Amino acid sequence: MNLEAFWLTVRLAMIVAVLLMAFGIPIAYWITYYRWRWKFLVEAVIALPIVLPPTVLGLYVLMALGTRSPIGRYWESLTGHPLAFTFEGLIVGSVLYSLPFAVQPFAAAFSTVDPKLLRASASLGQSPTQTFRRIVLPLSKAGLVTGFVLSFAHTLGEFGVVLMIGGNIPGVTRTISIDIYDQVQAGNYSSANQTALVLLIISFLVLSVVYGVNRRVWAVGPWK
Amino acid sequence: MFLRISLVALLLSICASAQEITVAAAADLSTALPEIVANYTKQSGQTVKLSFGSSGNLTTQIENGAPFDVFFSADESYPAQLIEKGLADKESLYRYAVGRLVLWVPNDVQLDVQKLGVKALLDPAVKKIAIANPLHAPYGRAAEAALKHLGVYDQISAKLVLGENISQAAQFVESGNAQAGLIALSHALSPSLKDKGHYWTVPLDAYPTLNQAAVVLSKSKQQAATRKFLDFVRGPEGTSLLKSYGFSLSAEKP
Repeated sequence: MNLEAFWLTVRLAMIVAVLLMAFGIPIAYWITYYRWRWKFLVEAVIALPIVLPPTVLGLYVLMALGTRSPIGRYWESLTGHPLAFTFEGLIVGSVLYSLPFAVQPFAAAFSTVDPKLLRASASLGQSPTQTFRRIVLPLSKAGLVTGFVLSFAHTLGEFGVVLMIGGNIPGVTRTISIDIYDQVQAGNYSSANQTALVLLIISFLVLSVVYGVNRRVWAVGPWK
Repeated sequence: MFLRISLVALLLSICASAQEITVAAAADLSTALPEIVANYTKQSGQTVKLSFGSSGNLTTQIENGAPFDVFFSADESYPAQLIEKGLADKESLYRYAVGRLVLWVPNDVQLDVQKLGVKALLDPAVKKIAIANPLHAPYGRAAEAALKHLGVYDQISAKLVLGENISQAAQFVESGNAQAGLIALSHALSPSLKDKGHYWTVPLDAYPTLNQAAVVLSKSKQQAATRKFLDFVRGPEGTSLLKSYGFSLSAEKP
């Protein structure tokens, strides 16, 4: 197995999951508690990566980050190198790609918190921020874990976006799914098999965590 | 009634698909082959479907049962591999072209690539260099060999980005995301790239000759139709079209 690609991918997925925790919670908060006529449009935009072909997303990211776009040029003037074909570029692409997998579980968890608790907290003089921190967040633990773990796993298996914006540089942008693809194309089935098995096991563990934290302990069966 | 109509439609579609030829072709043919096929279809009425990829990629697909009739590789080793495994007919093997590698630089990169040659890659303006993936693309292997032969590989290896096949390498540099690329001459001469940059032809002795071979696949149910198409590609019209895209029949100067 290609350990370099493996650790690179784990690092990428970790960074993306942490970033999505930071961006995703405010976005989910806004979606849950703010009323706005056109909110459904924002929700649709956030959900886009679920249905959009990754290559489409990759194409737009490549165009947006490329040396011929304003964003790409601004980044280049800041850092001295272009954003496409770099690890940072992969992070940007992956954050967009996994956004709904963090925001949706967060928002779902926030919305199940009993509004009576929020009103009680407010009547006891707590500010909305304090209420959110002390009441909503602790009660949404399962949703937060789910969003974190799902965005981690989703980034781990990302292929189309990386293929479009990565450039397959060993140690920089060659992720594990690209490595598996390359090994298969080159006919090295046993190497591809090994790596694929590791991904399969990780995916299973991740989903076990998701279903584990969302389980109701008093349930006697999967049907509740 | 509806059932009957859809049954007829189904039968028709099966008949239609039985008559078309499906071609697996190396990505460097993605500009020339569609034109050849268009001419052939106009003359013979035969539908030809094209699938492009890196030669290694297509070989893997064929080994796993992809329903292609003929395979145009960008080298000779992949067709040989298929013949050895009994998946392709040895007597149908023929060399249709010699591929040429060029160093292509887009217009917005201020480099006189024709004068500088491979030294252009050492310029600080070149931050990324696109090549095809050497693991499964013959053009990637040729690029790597040429860079080593010309003595710049160690200096520029950190700048390399790998396209999934030679077409993606061309797209990386055409979009300006890579500032230089070792791509196929056929791409450099194609209408979409011709006016967008300049190229330097990599000397033939810098890399193993890209003898591009085609072979009919044993599982093909369209043996006769496929061979007729191959004859057309081999004939004067096919040859002159290939030539206009920079493919020669021997390792001569284009």
